[in-house]
Amino acid sequence: MKTDCLLCGVGGQGTVLASKILAFAAMEKGCEVRTSETIGMAQRGGCVVSHVRIKDTPIYSPLVPLHSADILIGFEPAEAVRCLPYLSASGTVIVSKKEIRPITSWNSASEYTGSAMLSYLEKNCTKLIVIDSEKVFKLCGSSRVLNIALLAAAVHSGSFGGINTDDLKHAVKSLVKPQFHELNLSAIDTVIALIGEDNK
Amino acid sequence: MSKRFLMGNEAIALGAIHAGVHFVSGYPGTPSTEILESVAKWNSSGNIYVEWSVNEKAALEVAAGAAYAGASSLVTMKQVGLNVASDPLMSLAYVGIKGSMVIVSADDPGPISSQTEQDTRHFAQFSKLPVFDPSSPEEAYEMIQDAFAYSRKYQTPVLFRPTTRICHGCASIDVNDTPTSSDAPEGFVKDTNRWVIFPRTSYLNHLKIEKRNEELRSILSNYPHNFIEGSGRVGIACGGVSYSYVKEALQDIPQEIKLLKVSTPHPFPEDLALQFMQGTNEILVVEELDPVIEQELTFLCGKHHLPDNIHGKLTHEMPQAGENSTEIVKAGILAFLGIEPMPAESSSDMPPLPVRPPVLCAGCPHRASFYAVKKAMHGKKAVFCGDIGCYTLGNAMPLDMVDTCLCMGADVTIAQGLHRIEPDAVNFAFIGDSTFFASGITGVVNAVYNQTDIVLVILDNSTTAMTGHQPHPGTGRTMMGNISSAVSAEKILRAIGVSNIKTVDPFDYELAVKTVSEIAEYKGVRAIIFKAPCISVASPQPVFHVDSGTCIQCGKCLRELGCPAIVKEDGKISIEPTLCYGCSLCAQICPTGSIIRRCSHEN
Ligand code: SF4
Ligand code: SF4
Repeated sequence: MKTDCLLCGVGGQGTVLASKILAFAAMEKGCEVRTSETIGMAQRGGCVVSHVRIKDTPIYSPLVPLHSADILIGFEPAEAVRCLPYLSASGTVIVSKKEIRPITSWNSASEYTGSAMLSYLEKNCTKLIVIDSEKVFKLCGSSRVLNIALLAAAVHSGSFGGINTDDLKHAVKSLVKPQFHELNLSAIDTVIALIGEDNK
Repeated sequence: MSKRFLMGNEAIALGAIHAGVHFVSGYPGTPSTEILESVAKWNSSGNIYVEWSVNEKAALEVAAGAAYAGASSLVTMKQVGLNVASDPLMSLAYVGIKGSMVIVSADDPGPISSQTEQDTRHFAQFSKLPVFDPSSPEEAYEMIQDAFAYSRKYQTPVLFRPTTRICHGCASIDVNDTPTSSDAPEGFVKDTNRWVIFPRTSYLNHLKIEKRNEELRSILSNYPHNFIEGSGRVGIACGGVSYSYVKEALQDIPQEIKLLKVSTPHPFPEDLALQFMQGTNEILVVEELDPVIEQELTFLCGKHHLPDNIHGKLTHEMPQAGENSTEIVKAGILAFLGIEPMPAESSSDMPPLPVRPPVLCAGCPHRASFYAVKKAMHGKKAVFCGDIGCYTLGNAMPLDMVDTCLCMGADVTIAQGLHRIEPDAVNFAFIGDSTFFASGITGVVNAVYNQTDIVLVILDNSTTAMTGHQPHPGTGRTMMGNISSAVSAEKILRAIGVSNIKTVDPFDYELAVKTVSEIAEYKGVRAIIFKAPCISVASPQPVFHVDSGTCIQCGKCLRELGCPAIVKEDGKISIEPTLCYGCSLCAQICPTGSIIRRCSHEN
């Protein structure tokens, strides 16, 4: 078993915690895990990427090689497009619908729309799951659940082989501060219910 | 043994604890910061002394003192920090230590968060100290313990050089559950010949060091983390994280290749390298930053009249700058082997992507400070010298308020040089509170002594923000949890002889502009202390929103402040409530008073 996963977004969106949770869940299954984080200046609103590599045999590089990610979790549509070259031909993309405009947009030349990004993803990957993050925030009553919501969608899609939603919940309980357990666990159920509705 | 999932920096910290470290000092700097923080986190018994020192030179010296008294000490910093600490480092290499002492200097290929792509391995050669260079967090955990052992055995400080991908990479690591406990340090034993550096003793020590390093070239050839893998007539030599990229790339290259992994680039494991070169004739060297291994191998070819051809950075077959990746390494290996690479998959018609330069956070007091100075100096001849920290980001549009940035503390002194050549300009020097204590004070003494005109602006946000909010002398908090008396920047300035000092809250916009305008008119060294906490240490205030009824869509708030919370949605200005920190700056500059505080803070 081998799962290479890339989490990408904008500094401050919570990719680091998400990759820790994934790694924890995989280690509980007895897998080898290697991850790599963006820490430093880019955390102030720049592009951040976490690499998570899960395997039952030794892993060498801490970075996912190009064209080999089994799953790409985009916390923002344009960032998912930016990292798309990492995705393997049969890989899955989970992406949050809500765009985050860079501060440079005061100079309107850099305007872009989330929908253009989503349609590019649509055309260029075989499996795409779009999460209506604003709807999730409304249902959960908080915007702090984006990372857990996206993880739940990814795990639910079956792309992580051995890891199921119960494993994810266990990992959340082990790594997230107790006062945020209820919020995050409800986010997992909310997202899975939403995906279920969409598929009806 | 048990498995733990650790970040490389945590692995280094835990390895040091398991090696029995007594004393840890350092100065924050990406990517090294979490090492010291992790020791502090796992130091619940308080048995290990941990401090953030005022700068890297101080950190190295206090750790040397501890080691003189027989302690095991660890010092942490980033690579440019080693430049600051190089004065004590060069001499300490001659004097040596008693207990054990490991100096971690984290390199940053890319660079991802640094001013330079300098290579600590060269510093090891320069200072004649051994250096350990791990290729993974697992190796970092084991090798930091070896570094302590070598230090103790040879009574010398030892360098330890992880790179960003080791520091900020995480792995499942086998850790020792029953680490050996360390003996209490013996204490300082007076010995003038040993602890007082003199020309005569340095001459003798120099001879000893050269002899020791000569021996280590052969001893380290048997060090388990230096090794040869495979066989064949072509070889690849590598070290650090590049070893993992080579291994990853070779999975797809079905050819017999002999591999040399170098974990101690200095002293170079000469015997092992000779063994590696025997029977190979073409060798590719894969490493980041400087061609250290490549030069050693090239040197050995000359020294031993070997026919091998060494390929790498010096022959322009591997990139001379930037960090490696599996793709870069694979391309280099394929070209070296003369194998045609697979045609690159064309990424078709990717839409233009937004550029995301890092920016000051919403509600950051630096934005208000820069904006006030910008307004006050509008239309006047002024130069704004900046420094290292979050406030370097003040250079970005639309603020555009950092004209120079060189190294820690240089804002204060560069401004003085500029002013001597162009006395008609007002020369501002912006410095953060932590940087002021680290290396700004001597620059101010220089300005006062030499009677220069500068406006010193201390951006006092009560933390070391860029590296993740460490305490510093001005905060009065220490890593041992004690409250010490906070050192006052203002009192220091007064003592130096700066009498014209104004302290102002940058979020009091009109007063801030007025203060800057007034102080700019004076001569001599004068100072403004902008005092407002970083949002990470301040409590959030109720957020603002735009009253669409009165807003005239002039765009001033969006165009001039560059606050990430102010956006233009469907052609209308609005404030993103999840990002706004309620600092009120935009409300104070809106010409129509359309930006209004909501009653309570919204999530
Ligand atoms: S400055 Fe005031 S009036 Fe101008 S766009 Fe911003 S909110 Fe509207
Ligand atoms: S009050 Fe205005 S300037 Fe301050 S954080 Fe909120 S939107 Fe940004």
